[in-house]
Amino acid sequence: MEITKRHKFRHALAAAFPHTLPVLAGFLVLGIAYGMLMLEKGYGPQWSVLMSAVAFCGSMQFVAITLLSTAFQPFEALVLSLLVNARHLFYGLSMLDKYKGFGKVKGFLIYTLCDETFSIVSSVNPPEDVEPKYFYLSISLLDYLYWVFGTLLGGLLGGLMPFDMKGLDFALTALFVVLFIEQMKKKGNWILGLIGIACALISRFVFGAGNMVLPALIIILITLLAGRKNLCNLC
Amino acid sequence: MQPLLTPVQIVLTVVAVAIGAMATRFPPFFLFPEGKKPPQVVTYLGNVLPPVMMGLLVVYCLKEVPIVAFPHGLPELISIAFIVLIHLWRKNVLLSIGCGTALYMFLVQAVFVV
Repeated sequence: MEITKRHKFRHALAAAFPHTLPVLAGFLVLGIAYGMLMLEKGYGPQWSVLMSAVAFCGSMQFVAITLLSTAFQPFEALVLSLLVNARHLFYGLSMLDKYKGFGKVKGFLIYTLCDETFSIVSSVNPPEDVEPKYFYLSISLLDYLYWVFGTLLGGLLGGLMPFDMKGLDFALTALFVVLFIEQMKKKGNWILGLIGIACALISRFVFGAGNMVLPALIIILITLLAGRKNLCNLC
Repeated sequence: MQPLLTPVQIVLTVVAVAIGAMATRFPPFFLFPEGKKPPQVVTYLGNVLPPVMMGLLVVYCLKEVPIVAFPHGLPELISIAFIVLIHLWRKNVLLSIGCGTALYMFLVQAVFVV
């Protein structure tokens, strides 16, 4: 990296870091929990870290623990992963414009586009003196590293936790709640937020906690397309 | 405890999960490349989806919370109400998340002990 590039990246990293603090807390705890659960099933840190680094999809990785501890079933793993991760399709649609023209960096941004990174990137604008490309890269990179590092810690430490972390993973719920409020500030957004909550609740109670993602996304898509004329006027 | 699967089987499972995940992350960018203007409906969805998905994510995080059984989702309800209030009052993202998480930890560790 040239000196100026490196300088710009460092500057962006410093600006992005505070925004990722809640993710640091949440991913460390959940990553540690993941590493520990994998260890319990006989999969040491080399395997849990491999999964976190290559697949990088939090909730699906927890689902995959069950697969890894019952039988070799790669096809089920693939299908379940598609279903649980389907929400990312919608994140991509929202990032088409934001990630435009980022060249080589773009591949990494897409590869690591998770719930938390999406929430921050779609709610926070980079400061004026920071290059957007490096700002978004910093957020993605930090979130990615938190998850991999948390997994490693869990795999190495096993049951030896220095303090009671019960409830610390609520930082991620809190992050989503706060960014939800931030999104609601924009004119007309409250109705969109309500649509999201209502569709998710319906799906949760009709299809159950384990199967809610795909039905919720379909109901959301139908609602947004059916209400396009009215919703367009709002925003 | 030994892993149930052989190293090759583990790697194949990791690859399968990764392919599933990436098949949900990359398609929008391949379908609507930078040079071409995406259809209006895609631009529309891209604009309206962020607030909708934030609503979904809040519910998604709470999907396992028991409602009928003790503690009836009270720690979550109290903490979220607190986060909303403190955020509307101080308008500081990290402060709201920090205080909300601390309150939740206190509630599940000391008040609503299962």
